[in-house]
Amino acid sequence: MRDPENKQQPELTHEPEKDTAVASPNRRKLLKAGGAAILGAPYISRAWASVTEINMLAWYGHGEPDVVAEYEAANNVKFKPKYYAGGDNMLALIAQSPPGTYDLILSDAEFVQQLNAAGYIEEMNAADYPFDDMLHDDFTKFPGHWKDDKLFSMILRGGHLGVSYNKNAITAEEAQSYQCFWKPEVKGKVGHFDWHLPNLGMMSLYDGNGASLWDLDDKKWNQVQETTTSLRSQVGGFFDYGGTFNSLKNGEMLAMCGIGDWITGVLEKDGAPVASVIPKEGGIQFTESYSIGKGSEKAAEVVKFIQYMMSPEGQVKSAQMAAYPGFCVTKAGRAKLIETDKKEAERSHQIEGMANEPIALINDGRIHYRDIPQQQSLEDWNDYWSEYKNA
Amino acid sequence: MSSNNTPARKWFDGYAMTWRLPIIFWQALFFIGPLVFMVAMSFFLVKNYRMVEAFEFKNWEKMLTRGYFWDSYFLTLALATLSTVVTSLLAFPAAFALAFKVSPAVRRWAIFLLIIPFFTSYLVRIFSWYVILAESGVVNALLAHIGLGPYTMLNTKFGTLVGYMTLTLPLVVVLQTFALSNIDRNLVQAAHNLGCPPWRTVYAVIVPLAKTGLVVAALFCFILSFGDFVSPYYLGGSKPPTLPILIIDTTKSGQQWPRAAVVAVVMMITLISIAFAALAVAYRKRVSR
Repeated sequence: MRDPENKQQPELTHEPEKDTAVASPNRRKLLKAGGAAILGAPYISRAWASVTEINMLAWYGHGEPDVVAEYEAANNVKFKPKYYAGGDNMLALIAQSPPGTYDLILSDAEFVQQLNAAGYIEEMNAADYPFDDMLHDDFTKFPGHWKDDKLFSMILRGGHLGVSYNKNAITAEEAQSYQCFWKPEVKGKVGHFDWHLPNLGMMSLYDGNGASLWDLDDKKWNQVQETTTSLRSQVGGFFDYGGTFNSLKNGEMLAMCGIGDWITGVLEKDGAPVASVIPKEGGIQFTESYSIGKGSEKAAEVVKFIQYMMSPEGQVKSAQMAAYPGFCVTKAGRAKLIETDKKEAERSHQIEGMANEPIALINDGRIHYRDIPQQQSLEDWNDYWSEYKNA
Repeated sequence: MSSNNTPARKWFDGYAMTWRLPIIFWQALFFIGPLVFMVAMSFFLVKNYRMVEAFEFKNWEKMLTRGYFWDSYFLTLALATLSTVVTSLLAFPAAFALAFKVSPAVRRWAIFLLIIPFFTSYLVRIFSWYVILAESGVVNALLAHIGLGPYTMLNTKFGTLVGYMTLTLPLVVVLQTFALSNIDRNLVQAAHNLGCPPWRTVYAVIVPLAKTGLVVAALFCFILSFGDFVSPYYLGGSKPPTLPILIIDTTKSGQQWPRAAVVAVVMMITLISIAFAALAVAYRKRVSR
């Protein structure tokens, strides 16, 4: 401490005092800085809060930068995605969260009805969306999306499930029927995407149930189980997304039941000799739709984002999604895709007149929208699936 | 001989209790509490994807009367047992060498290298086996040079076993090494001096002396294998599913967490029974001495 009695000391200690002020601020400066920080905190927090956070509940990929980064930068919003795997999982996550937790919900179309019945989603204004530009009339009044003429969910994209195969092991001609899964040469090399719904749906189509593939009486349900069980000796494994992806890529599996272009499309772009086709017995369409979470305080921002995703630019982003590709549902979206990424449009047959063009397949009655069992419960189907896996 | 001068133990030792409290608190909060909740949950019901508190035996009845549950149960038990036997047998020569044949410096390095795999994600290690075990992978490429193969190793029980060993082998080697290192060398030396041949010294002297550690190592191997989801799913192709996979399958459809809890409780009962039996075997002789 400085000695007030020593008159020489101030001169001697003058310079060192300057130095220490830089290295360690004195109490007054510290108080000044602290006060400024405290007084400035509300402004910092307000600046931070000006970025609107939107909580999204979706399948993996929908909240990733390749889809939302451009929109986030342009609109000062930030998506906080929570990813799920499967409609059941999605419903459970919402059921276990307080109202208003999720602002934006992306769900498989067949689960929209349940979301609505449980009161988890808000009514939407149809005038906000391009219903006059849909590629197919079915997309305008998609099953389950409307109730009492009120809109509750907006269709975003779709994709087809059929025969997915390795082109070196199965010919394009053989892939025209689910029969190729029973081909002796692929014994032990047929994989299942580990979800009963698409797999049993395909077996139902193979049994000739066509448009009533989900509406099975006891006799038909037993037949579907018999057909599926007869495939068991061909099966090499049951896989999740990662496992399906890897086993097709390294050739461990030569055919895959329960998937479609949403997986083989990614591999195909990477040069793998795999493809997906809709066989003559028909295929299944998965459809993904956006809803506004009940009690969301950011409904206006969510509407704006859905409008963006329904715009040509948004539809292209969705079709090119890195995690898994999908089809455009609007005419303008498709036109923009052809204009900006013709290669992807051709690869996914999204050009009028091409073989396996998605809309033509729907018109030909070869595509059926994925649904849940009508005469059995999901539990019955899952029970059989567990037995099948153990067989 | 006990002395009368020994001070009588206080009925409440505050100092000792203070040190015991953290572990008691920890176990109560993170083991006993969740376990009790899991047992209670097995009696709940699910309505509209939401669990409803109840006391019904429906979930137990549903799961225990299903053939696929018991198929999965016995498969899991068999695979975990096989993993334990194979891993213990493979680990023993390595542990023996580390305990008796190498210098302390080499032993320290070896143990360090055995611990290193745990620094990386188990899932990543499992996915790396795809490159090695695939039909177009490294092993089959090497076998092709001598005119063998290709063999299917992925999506088989062999694949599952490889995965289990990826998880457990380093740990078992380390535990066995510690068990063998703690053996009194004079007893081994005495066996040699009395003319006991080396192989007999191993099974008549070394193994009985290290029994507790060897059993604990085997027990760890069994517990980790029995509860592992990753290996049977990604290397075994879920074909057929083990109990951990069945838990996932059950929760995926209809969010049947209570039924999954039934599977989990059965697994816990099995593991606790086996752990007690193993520890009884491990300590039996020592107690009788």
